[in-house]
Amino acid sequence: MTDPQLLIAPVGLPLLGAAVALLLHRRPRLGEVWSGLVVAVTTIAAVALFVRSIDGTGPAIAVFGDWPRGIGVGFAARLPGVLLILVVMLVATAAAIYARADIGIRRRRAGYDALMLALVGAVNGALLTGDLFNLYVWFELALVAALGLVTIDRRRDQIGGAIRYAGFGMVAATAILAGIGLVYGATGTLDMATLAAILPARPPSVALAVAAALILGGFALKSGLAPLHVWLPASYAAAPLTVAAVFAALMTKMGFYALMLVVVGVFGTAAAQLLPVLALLAAATMFLCALAALAQTDMRRLIGYHVVAQVGYMAAGASLGTAEGVAAASFYMMHSMIVQANLFLGIGAIRRACGSWNLKQAGGMIRSDRLFVALFAVPMLSLAGIPPLSGFWAKLFVLRAGVAAGMGWLSLVALIAALLTIVSVAGLWVEACWKSRPDDRRTRPVPGAMLAGMALLSAATLAIGLYPEPWWRIAELAAATLTGAGAGA
Amino acid sequence: MTLVYALAAAAIVACALQMVLSRNLIRILLGLALLSTGVNLMLFVAGGIASRQPPLIREGAKTLEASADPLVQALILTAIVIGFALTVILAAIVLRGWRATRSLDARALNAVDQPADPDAVEPA
Repeated sequence: MTDPQLLIAPVGLPLLGAAVALLLHRRPRLGEVWSGLVVAVTTIAAVALFVRSIDGTGPAIAVFGDWPRGIGVGFAARLPGVLLILVVMLVATAAAIYARADIGIRRRRAGYDALMLALVGAVNGALLTGDLFNLYVWFELALVAALGLVTIDRRRDQIGGAIRYAGFGMVAATAILAGIGLVYGATGTLDMATLAAILPARPPSVALAVAAALILGGFALKSGLAPLHVWLPASYAAAPLTVAAVFAALMTKMGFYALMLVVVGVFGTAAAQLLPVLALLAAATMFLCALAALAQTDMRRLIGYHVVAQVGYMAAGASLGTAEGVAAASFYMMHSMIVQANLFLGIGAIRRACGSWNLKQAGGMIRSDRLFVALFAVPMLSLAGIPPLSGFWAKLFVLRAGVAAGMGWLSLVALIAALLTIVSVAGLWVEACWKSRPDDRRTRPVPGAMLAGMALLSAATLAIGLYPEPWWRIAELAAATLTGAGAGA
Repeated sequence: MTLVYALAAAAIVACALQMVLSRNLIRILLGLALLSTGVNLMLFVAGGIASRQPPLIREGAKTLEASADPLVQALILTAIVIGFALTVILAAIVLRGWRATRSLDARALNAVDQPADPDAVEPA
């Protein structure tokens, strides 16, 4: 395949698939097979794109409409983005397998397959685009698909979650759009590679400072950095479980990727004054959300707070402004997407076995389902940062980068938050797995499709944990692309 | 002239934020619609409003002379469409919330945190 075809595939295939899935909404079983097929083909395309991006011949670039570069809207296979697309498709595949047991006929009739494919396409688009305004459009498309998925059962709590999600999401998107407008007014271009080349050389101006602050605020809201995280656990808890797992993996990381791309990659030294603000936000997110997770008894909210806390670690890495910090953030993003999705899939299985989201009602998993417990232990230990799983390396890289950049206090906060995370994970483990159920009934069996979906993600976590070197290399390459040669070069 | 437009955009955004902070769901909805309008006006000003000439290259000329910036207008057009779509979707959600609770108070939907009986609400 040529470069433009390869670049358009991870976006075009899911969106085309979503259109066909809409036509199939009267045939839910067929729609399920169709969406599974589309995800499989897109995954193959994502692997091909990833291989093409690290073969050393420079990034693949396509500008639509045959415009010269810097004028038309273009897609560029930048490194962290391409790596994340691979992870997105891995999570989408695991979710498609898991959904066989979790998403029933009624939800599929309501358009689950089409919305999920549209969401995947929009996230991939945001990861590939080389144009600031186009980035905004992909975020809005993802928001529309996400709203449909949150409200799919039309329950009252879902409506409440969706209104919060929509309110926060639209305000964030508007802030981003305002920032983008100011950037265009000040520079006359929206192409990220061009902006990365000209922005650091410009004298500081009010317009650019406000633009950078608006964009940072907008993406911080999208990625759920404290104190802008309040909407996230409630909205995620309302969504169907498979959807929550995909949100946890995709939505916050999409926001954070864009934050890192624009603040570190495009603005670069022009926004260096914003990095201490980002460091403060990161420290607050890590500490407060890890603390809040300790107080939760609803498993979905508990993991929801951990999702936000993990974004804090990534932000800590990115806020250092060094190449090592950005590499650590990229590695953390890759690890965290897999682990967060897997944790949500795991608590969905516990809910299926014990019949409640409440930890107090759960228990007895270790006696009833050894295979599930073995699969669930991988993301749990990885979240806690126990070696040799991927979470250990990810945390280690962030801490090391923090110390190396002279931001020891940030590393200290990260360590304290890690300790709180271990306590919270241990609590979840004891309540769900070790403890007997309060009424001593036997648990229901976990369906095989759920176990298969979890097994895929657990295997990926183990692979990264046992052999982190190539992934760290790729993260370092990604950091070099972002900080050095410009966003789309 | 730019200053007038900029102040107008600022006023619209300020009104919109005030409305979004309300508890009334309809006000939130209208506030969000107004917010995107304010930002669209800002985008328009950002493109420069000095010239009203259409962006066409004159006959015989090789380059474009001073003219209105077509890109900004394309951006605004896109932003209007997106803003309209999101407003409609949010309106549908608010309508559903009204039918579920017979109330437009955002607090009526605050039962999100802990559904009374999680078991009763799991469709197949």
